[in-house]
Amino acid sequence: MQKRVLIDSLQFSLTIDRLCHQLIEHYSNFENTAIIGVQPRGTQLAERIVKRLHEIQPDSKFKFGKLDITFYRDDFRQKGKPLTANETAIDFSIENSNVVLVDDVLYTGRTIRSALDAILDFGRPTAVELLVLIDRRMHRNLPIEANYIGKEIDSITTEKVKVEWKETEGKDKVWIINE
Amino acid sequence: MSALSQKHLIGIKHLQKSDLELIFDTAKNFKDVLQRPIKKVPSLRDITIANLFFEDSTRTRISFELAEKRLSADTINFSASGSSVKKGETLLDTVNNILAMKVDMIVMRHSSSGAPAFLAKHINANIINAGDGTHEHPTQGLLDAFSVLEKFGTLKGLNYLIIGDIKHSRVAGSDIPLLLKMGAKVKVTGPPTLIPKYIEELGVTYEPNLRKALEWCDVANVLRIQLERMDIKFIPSLREYSLYYGINKELLDSISKDITIMHPGPINRGVELNSDVADSKQSLVLQQVENGVAIRMAVLYLLAGRG
Repeated sequence: MQKRVLIDSLQFSLTIDRLCHQLIEHYSNFENTAIIGVQPRGTQLAERIVKRLHEIQPDSKFKFGKLDITFYRDDFRQKGKPLTANETAIDFSIENSNVVLVDDVLYTGRTIRSALDAILDFGRPTAVELLVLIDRRMHRNLPIEANYIGKEIDSITTEKVKVEWKETEGKDKVWIINE
Repeated sequence: MSALSQKHLIGIKHLQKSDLELIFDTAKNFKDVLQRPIKKVPSLRDITIANLFFEDSTRTRISFELAEKRLSADTINFSASGSSVKKGETLLDTVNNILAMKVDMIVMRHSSSGAPAFLAKHINANIINAGDGTHEHPTQGLLDAFSVLEKFGTLKGLNYLIIGDIKHSRVAGSDIPLLLKMGAKVKVTGPPTLIPKYIEELGVTYEPNLRKALEWCDVANVLRIQLERMDIKFIPSLREYSLYYGINKELLDSISKDITIMHPGPINRGVELNSDVADSKQSLVLQQVENGVAIRMAVLYLLAGRG
């Protein structure tokens, strides 16, 4: 097994800062905007972004939610066992509001396809944008692209991208692993 | 990520504690789905489910059908009256003919104990027992336990009382093993003629005195007197039964603690349960029905996902 660091702790915080500033540039005070993390790993990124946004711009008015997409996946029954669901916590309507979906890694685009399906069950948003920490470009199965990208990488299918968090693994780091 | 240990849901006694916990966790997620403006997910859109009801049912049948529709499955309904069963077709033939039309799952209620277990041996589709004779009614057991779990947070150490016709009750047949597996203590009460002879071998105790039993319990599940299953007289009259084992507000008020009351439905009001209790705050009856859909969604989802 080979692994190498894609993003180290310093770069990690710079990237988060840049993504936050890009969001502020686009949404200014986040009126009528919801930031929604895709469970389970997108939520961790979303929580970090939300925390940083509050530090940079304390009067930000966005709402924050978590979206579980398990029941909307298209590979149900193909994995040989059922997929275990996570909590969905969206206690507001997204009807006519802007939504920023947040996930850690964009790969085939199928997760985001499911998330788009799932989000429509909470109302009709005005617009949906996508923020990801890592974009594994060249592997898309569907015509889905991110609006805000932490880092674009070229990888091969046998490689895996792993995001580690200060809160759970002790350090913010992104690895690329070849098994 | 985990999967159920069983391919079918025939009875609680075949399930492990980890299966039960998985079902409860999944049901919680589905309960969230049911609170949303759009109460539907596309998980089972490529699955066809046949609901075979060889015996009458309102709640269970509607609950299963709703659960299937909320999961986007295609459903077909079958009831014994008005079918070729009347012409003498065997159970296995009937089911095989339905399966020949590419059905993936079978939900079955039957008046003969063991009918779903028999089918499971002969066919390939997933089978869910929706009540078989006097044997088990696993989804009712699951929704009972889930409702109690929701209210008390845990089943461990809880005192659970089942009142009434234990002998003919498939609800008791599922509740008893389920609650024992989850660490609750179970007692039964009712007229001695309606208590199975070797009940204590299941790990429960029998208390003939209703008042003593109520003083002991945190939750009381009141069963229906099933006259349709009694081919001989087990009790002198409904009035007498009601006098000794009927639950009313006066009786509950005279007990030193607040007891949660459950009933699997349909209620014979005034016989085993009085309206002043059935419609009171102590009653979990409607929560049970509400949770039924979420529990059945969880069971269908988990079994379908196993393939």
